[in-house]
Amino acid sequence: MDLFDSFTDGAKEGLKTLTSIAPSLFGLIIAVSMLEASGFFDILTKLFTPVCEIVGFPPEVLPLGLMRPVTGSGSFAMLDSILRKYGADSIIGKIASVMAGSTETTFYAVTVYFGSIGIKKTGFTIPAALAADSISMIMAFLTIKYL
Amino acid sequence: MLNYIWSGMIIISFLCSIVTGRAEELSRAILDGADKAVSLVISMAGIMCLWTGIMRIAERGGLTHLVARILSPILCRLMPDYDKDSKAMAAVCANITANLLGLGNAATPFGLAAMREMQKSNLLVNKPNSSMVMFVVLNTASIQLIPTTVAALRQAAGSSSPYSILPYVWITSLSALLAGIILVLLFVRNRSSNRIL
Repeated sequence: MDLFDSFTDGAKEGLKTLTSIAPSLFGLIIAVSMLEASGFFDILTKLFTPVCEIVGFPPEVLPLGLMRPVTGSGSFAMLDSILRKYGADSIIGKIASVMAGSTETTFYAVTVYFGSIGIKKTGFTIPAALAADSISMIMAFLTIKYL
Repeated sequence: MLNYIWSGMIIISFLCSIVTGRAEELSRAILDGADKAVSLVISMAGIMCLWTGIMRIAERGGLTHLVARILSPILCRLMPDYDKDSKAMAAVCANITANLLGLGNAATPFGLAAMREMQKSNLLVNKPNSSMVMFVVLNTASIQLIPTTVAALRQAAGSSSPYSILPYVWITSLSALLAGIILVLLFVRNRSSNRIL
C-alpha cells in the first residue's frame, strides 16, 4: 500500500469537503455575527433563561440546538460564535461542541435521500429523527454536566 | 429552505439592531464576519485534511471492510425487508461505515445507491417501507467516530484540548441513535398490529 498516496488522496477529499461547505459557511457566519451584534441572541437567551434555570440548562446553546437539524453550515457558524464568546473549554463551549458533533443535519438527509427516489410522504421519519435530535441535545447537556 | 432562513436571519438582525440601538455594531459585524469566515476556513483546512488523509489510509488498510463486516449483522436485523446478500444491504453497510469513519463525501453516494436499491423492491411505491425509514433515521443520527469539523472549530477557537469532547460525543450520539431506532421499531410494531398498511 502506498501510504503517502493514500494520505494525499484523503487530504484532497478533506479540501473538497471544505470548499464545498465554504461558500455557505461564509454566508452563514456573516449572518450569525450580524444576529450576534444586533443583540438578538442576548434577547433570546434572556427570554429562555427562566425556563432553562429550572433544570440548569444553559440558554446560550438553545439557538444552536434549534439550528442543528436544519443547517449544518449554519450550526457550525453558530458553534464558532459560541466558542469565541464563551471559550472553547468552558461548560457552554463543551455542551455546544457535543451538540454540534452528535447529530447530522436531519432535514438535509431526509430531503436528499427521499428526494432522490421521488418519495414525498416520509411518514414517521421526521418525527423519529427530531425526537432523536432532542435526545442528543439533552444528553449533550447531561454528559458534560454530570460526567 | 436555507434561502428563507438566511434572509430571515439578516432581516431579524436589522430589526433587532434598530430596537437595541446597535446599528453601528451591526455594520461592523458584517465586515468582521466576512473576515472571520475566511480565516476560519483556512485554519480548519489543516486539521480536516489531516483526518481525511489518515482515514483514507485506514480505509485502504482494510478498516472499512472490517467495520462493514461487524455492522452487517446488526444492520440486517434493523432492516429485515432486505436480504443479507442483497445489493441494497451492501450499499447500506458501506454508507453507515463511511459515516462512522467520517468519510462524508463517500457516504452520500452509497446512501443514494442504498435508497435506489431499496426502492426497487418497495411494495408501497410512493411511501417508504419501515426499513427505508430506519435507514434514513440512522443517517440523521449517525455516529461519527471523530467529529472532525467540530474538532477543527474548537482548535481554531483556541481550545487547549479540542478532542476532550470525544467520549461525550460518543455517548450522546449513541443515545440519540438508540432513541431513533427504538422509536422506529415501536412505530413499525404499532403500525402492523393496527393493520394500517
